[in-house]
Amino acid sequence: MGKDTLISDRVFKSVGTRPLRPDGIDKVTGRARYGADYNMPGQLHGCILRSPHAHASIKSIDTTRAEKLKGVKAVVTRKDFKAKDVDPALLTTLDNCMAGKTAFYDGHAVAAVAAIDAKTARRALKLIKVEYKVLKHVTDVDEAVQPKAPLIDKKCFTKGVEPTPEKASNIASRSEFGHGNVEEGFAAADIVIEKNYRTGQSHQGYIEPHACVASYSPDGTAEMWVCTQGHFDFRSQCAGILGMDVAKLRVTSSEIGGGFGGKTHLWIEPVTLALSRKANRPVKLVMSRDEVFRASGPTSATSIDIKMGVTKDGTITAALAELRYTSGPYAGSWAQLGAMTSFACYDLQHVKTIGLEVLVNRPKTTAYRAPSAPMAAFAVESMIDELAARIDMPAIDLRIKNAAKEGTRSSYGPVYGPIGIGPTLEAAKNHPHMKAKTGPNQSRGMACGFWFNFGGQSCTDLNINPDGSATLTFGTIDVGGARASMALVVAEELGIPYEQVKAVIADTGSLGHNDMTDGSRGTFASSMSAINSCRSAIAELRKRAAEIWDIDIENVTWQDGEARAGGDAGLEPLTLANLAQSADKTGGPIAGHSQIVADGAGVSFATHICDVEVDPETGQTSVVRYTVIQDAGKAVHPTYVEGQFQGGAAQGIGWALNEEYIYGDDGRLQNPGFLDYRIPVCSDLPMIDTQILEIPNPNHPYGVRGVGETSIVPPLAAIGNAISNAIGVRMTQVPMSPPRILAALNTKQ
Amino acid sequence: MSILVSSKINGDDLEFVCEPDETLLDALRDRVGLTGVKEGCGTGDCGACTITLDGALVCSCLVLGAEAQDRSIETVEGMADGDKLHPLQQKFLEHAALQCGICTPGFLVAAKSLLEKNPDPTEEEVRYALAGNLCRCTGYDKIVRAVLDAAKQMRKA
Repeated sequence: MGKDTLISDRVFKSVGTRPLRPDGIDKVTGRARYGADYNMPGQLHGCILRSPHAHASIKSIDTTRAEKLKGVKAVVTRKDFKAKDVDPALLTTLDNCMAGKTAFYDGHAVAAVAAIDAKTARRALKLIKVEYKVLKHVTDVDEAVQPKAPLIDKKCFTKGVEPTPEKASNIASRSEFGHGNVEEGFAAADIVIEKNYRTGQSHQGYIEPHACVASYSPDGTAEMWVCTQGHFDFRSQCAGILGMDVAKLRVTSSEIGGGFGGKTHLWIEPVTLALSRKANRPVKLVMSRDEVFRASGPTSATSIDIKMGVTKDGTITAALAELRYTSGPYAGSWAQLGAMTSFACYDLQHVKTIGLEVLVNRPKTTAYRAPSAPMAAFAVESMIDELAARIDMPAIDLRIKNAAKEGTRSSYGPVYGPIGIGPTLEAAKNHPHMKAKTGPNQSRGMACGFWFNFGGQSCTDLNINPDGSATLTFGTIDVGGARASMALVVAEELGIPYEQVKAVIADTGSLGHNDMTDGSRGTFASSMSAINSCRSAIAELRKRAAEIWDIDIENVTWQDGEARAGGDAGLEPLTLANLAQSADKTGGPIAGHSQIVADGAGVSFATHICDVEVDPETGQTSVVRYTVIQDAGKAVHPTYVEGQFQGGAAQGIGWALNEEYIYGDDGRLQNPGFLDYRIPVCSDLPMIDTQILEIPNPNHPYGVRGVGETSIVPPLAAIGNAISNAIGVRMTQVPMSPPRILAALNTKQ
Repeated sequence: MSILVSSKINGDDLEFVCEPDETLLDALRDRVGLTGVKEGCGTGDCGACTITLDGALVCSCLVLGAEAQDRSIETVEGMADGDKLHPLQQKFLEHAALQCGICTPGFLVAAKSLLEKNPDPTEEEVRYALAGNLCRCTGYDKIVRAVLDAAKQMRKA
């Protein structure tokens, strides 16, 4: 990887500008095609039958009547996925997409139908007879860890505990992080506080429901059109479930109507392929909103015990947390991520975190933007405010005093390089928002957040076209300006105008594997690969120019879109167009390829400030001012970086104030729709102010860091701190809905 | 038993066939081919399927296809004049008022309807007029700015 000297001194021509996105016109005119906007000739309509029970054994499934209904072309159940075909590593993925012997949550798929139209398919679902034996269920995280709780998996013996427990439980795994000796640290503290914090289960809430069209040919090959955050991974996983060679499945990613982590997992895709295989026809399957809520998505519900100690002069001496995260019915690594991120903002001598992964009868927990970090930050950042109040120190000063810096050993292990937590805090302290007066019933809160960021596998092709324009083929999806960012990077590297670059997202048949767009890796990793591709093409361009001029390649430089000859021979530069037009005589098409594991994603930090107004009569909270300050590394397209900051903040605000899965005593989800699961609307929010800090990531040629996720980490705590300051009672449970705020106010009176 | 429906869609006289219980949203998408009209919820909560029916803003998932008989429908596909974008479309691009873009057609139709009634809305009026349209990506900031900027430009024109 070619590194530029002193990234911070580099002057960019294209990167850092704000051109219109190349896919924009299609998206404002209705031409852009999303998951449900694609059709194949002869396609059938697919529908899924889902369990009405939170926990039940499936005794039998009788599909005879459905199969006999006129217009029904295929019915599939778990039996249609042959055990010998399924990669064992994908068994729980399949089990979530199509239940085996047990339905683990309200909404769990048990059968599917493909028919000539939607009406027939829906009618057929009603003719499928499923005999259930209802089992005891548990949906609450703290109830699930009790010794007598109903067991989700009788073979679940907690991993990460030595020796392995002999008794099964709902704790799938225990993970531990930290360093030092927390008991020693607490002994050195003047003030020690212990508290429990809880957060509700939220959903990513993308506006586009999951949708795909699959066509399985009798020759054993198949193609699929799908809204996904990772079409290459979807290909591998679907092939692994259906017993296909990966090469025989070609997946095209549609435009994606939001994902936020929720479209990194399989849901309907293997089922649609199985329907198509059985029916010998293309099948289209689109989830309803009810299905999206009941059977896809959500993040963990949590219960977190925190203990922290501080000296009177504001040194945090020790921090301890036990974090319990729901994982749905299958083990994940959500509590581990919570345990890793919880204290990552601070420089702590003594720190210990324990993550417990808890199985419950809720849908499988799925990544949601900086997964697991917002809940941990809610607990930690709330307690930091409490500690500051107890020692009579401004909360921002306590944070600045204890902030991690370059060289700090993080609470999860690694030693930090150059990081942005200190600079975002200083920027917050100096921000006009921090100094503005608040009105009646209004108060201010702040909080910090951390996210690791991720790199991963990326593969790109850069083709110089015959007219000297350039096409970049890349394999991560465009969920908010990726094509624009990639085109900017290619324009920068080749030294040509942005308008002469076309960035195209490849289908899985046209490019090597790309990891999915998660971990804020899209711009970081794909741009790194794109730069590599450009540099490889530039080497070829210099070679062609050297041949044309009959000079040594070492004497040819590439600058501002043209090859220049060194020395004083007076050779006229050869432009990209010149070289492209003569390619047929100099060795054929000119291209550059890159295949990398993009290591070195720079960690990301943010500080948020918010003002809220709480109505003491109703407990209703309005957010009246909000500011996001985050380190982006080099911002490739600053407008879209701001967009990520604002979007994450808005999602966090919704989670903090309203959003929550509500389960009845029967274990069924009571609010599977946008009316009762209320995400923020336009009139709920103020303008969201942003400040981009650019602390270059030394591991990327332009200094880029991921920016997509960190912005959802601080809002829960920032809002919680603001509300607590406004009402004079510490809020410990998210969402801080009006009834909970009224209840808190009542404890005060 | 299917029904033949005649209506004016984006200025064109068109006929389509639909079932009696088929929503206008499904008819527009599946029968007429206007997939710019999106389904986000099917229950009138998200606004992604927003259209105007005889000038009135409606969620097309809450209207039956048969109700479109002899009525005039406008969708996002009818906003641009050939290759000339409507000022709202242009401002949405300039302000990056869309990230994923799935909600954008509904927002554009709703914003156009607002500006026809109120050419000089305040920020608060824009926020309330668009409160029936959900966006999960942007936090609405850049959408509101785009609408206010488009209104300003349209007042000058």
